[in-house]
Amino acid sequence: MSYRDDPAALARLVEDDRVHRDVYTDAEIFALEMERLWSRAWIYVGHTSQIAQAGDFLTLDIAAKPVILVRQADGGVRLLMNRCAHKGTKVLYAPSGNAGKTFRCPYHAWTYRLDGSLINVPLKEGYAGTRMHETGLAEIKNVSVYRGFVFARLSEKGMGFKEYFGESLSSIDYLADRSPEGELEMAGGCLRYLHNCNWKMFVENLNDTMHPMIAHASSAGTAKRLWEGQPADRPKPMAVEQFVPFVNGYPFFDEMGVKVYPHGHGYSGVNFSIHSAYSPIKEYEQAMRRAYGEERAKDILGTVRHNTVYYPSLTIKGAIQSIRVARPLAADRTLIESWTFRLKGAPDSLLARTVMYNRLINSPMSVVGHDDLHCYRSIQEGLAAQGNEWVNLQRNFSEHELGTPELVANGTSDISMRNQFRAWRELMTAE
Amino acid sequence: MKRPGAKDLAQFVVHEARLIDEQRFDEWYELFAEDGHYWVPATPGQTDPHLQNSLAYEDKFLLKLRIERLRSPLAFSQKPASRCLHVLQTPEVESLKELKVRTNFIYTETRGDESQRYAATAWHTLVLRKGALRIKLKRVDLLNCDAMLPSIQLFP
Repeated sequence: MSYRDDPAALARLVEDDRVHRDVYTDAEIFALEMERLWSRAWIYVGHTSQIAQAGDFLTLDIAAKPVILVRQADGGVRLLMNRCAHKGTKVLYAPSGNAGKTFRCPYHAWTYRLDGSLINVPLKEGYAGTRMHETGLAEIKNVSVYRGFVFARLSEKGMGFKEYFGESLSSIDYLADRSPEGELEMAGGCLRYLHNCNWKMFVENLNDTMHPMIAHASSAGTAKRLWEGQPADRPKPMAVEQFVPFVNGYPFFDEMGVKVYPHGHGYSGVNFSIHSAYSPIKEYEQAMRRAYGEERAKDILGTVRHNTVYYPSLTIKGAIQSIRVARPLAADRTLIESWTFRLKGAPDSLLARTVMYNRLINSPMSVVGHDDLHCYRSIQEGLAAQGNEWVNLQRNFSEHELGTPELVANGTSDISMRNQFRAWRELMTAE
Repeated sequence: MKRPGAKDLAQFVVHEARLIDEQRFDEWYELFAEDGHYWVPATPGQTDPHLQNSLAYEDKFLLKLRIERLRSPLAFSQKPASRCLHVLQTPEVESLKELKVRTNFIYTETRGDESQRYAATAWHTLVLRKGALRIKLKRVDLLNCDAMLPSIQLFP
């Protein structure tokens, strides 16, 4: 059976409170996800601070297609397909850099402007009278920049940017507003962690609040135990502050709350989060009060959402100023990139806190990550079992939620996963 | 110990790798000075462990945490347990005065049917504390530190 030609079979994979295992394991489903979901959704590309100067570029794959994000001479950004119009060579190969004023293909020197238009072809007269027309690098027209975050929709048809993300953009605002100048700058490089599992396991896990106290007992639980023996007057290290809340009990995570929005987006940590009890950094808080006034500064600093998912590609941690980006490679392989931001106008100690969190939690050498990845891989293998082809998403399911695209629920509900799969079904089966 | 010589430094480095490979982690932990660090940068030529992302940058508290976790019955990623082996080139003393040693090595880490291998350079900066050599900083530069990497669970 082929899912490609059978939209009804595809839709049947997602029920109200459970999903079929094929969504995680089937190679054809993965190919269809790239063609449909990942092409019709708005996908995170990069941050404008990574391409500050004209000619600065990033290369990456979106929906399994090679693209170039490049800063134009007029200050704008464009997203181009990284494919020479001639034979198909990628015109740029480095992950980032500065292209100067043109892209020149390394194979036969076809040369393009930064906007992708063709400037020159050697011995052009050889094409006289042929079907060759002056085509440049294909451009993805649907690009939107929000507070420096660049998103693109590969598909020509589809929802507009604002309609797709709606009110969920408030999490990006709260992140950017943590800068006294209201601006973010990527800093500190990237951690690139290969997850040998389906991309959705990672995305779902970010608002799965029933796993930390179990899966992270060996790491965060050990941190808690080691610290308990310390003298009371010894200042608590930042690492202890960051690790220990992972093993808070079920009531903590339940009371944290979760909010979902239409099209798969959402966040947990409506009321507070594992980031609520960090020691204040006085110099920074003063700068915030100077910039925003007492009340607004209190609102920004008091908003400590846990993870916000911009389905399907971007997940952000505003209170920590880091983002994790899902780059699917195959049904059972996903690259997770973890990036960190400097808050313009804030002291370095904020970036140091961000970088420490990223290292402790998101690195290939993270003791937290090790147990998460073990579980993801174990699911990837366990789903092959016979006797049960379904994955359970039933915690706190209620029929009421079906007609309510935006709602707040208790923090341990599976609502965020059900909400993601409703978006999945919508984008996978749309005409 | 009197002022250590080149041979003492080389022996220290070989012994230190052996303690990891034999999973004698408590003895390994004791080789670090109280303010010692174990650093695995994420970028070639990285200069700053605080404001740039690293694969690991561990003080003694974090090292202790890592060691205790490996023994925890709840460390699910250690069922089955990982094993590792450092195959060292002869350590080269970079500075006898600063007690700095450079060692190229091949690191293999296995778990069940899976095996990973890295080429790397270790930079040991040692100090004399109470007459014994201790690690002030062990920096490990993986040749492909900026590549997409799977879980590395022990200590390259």
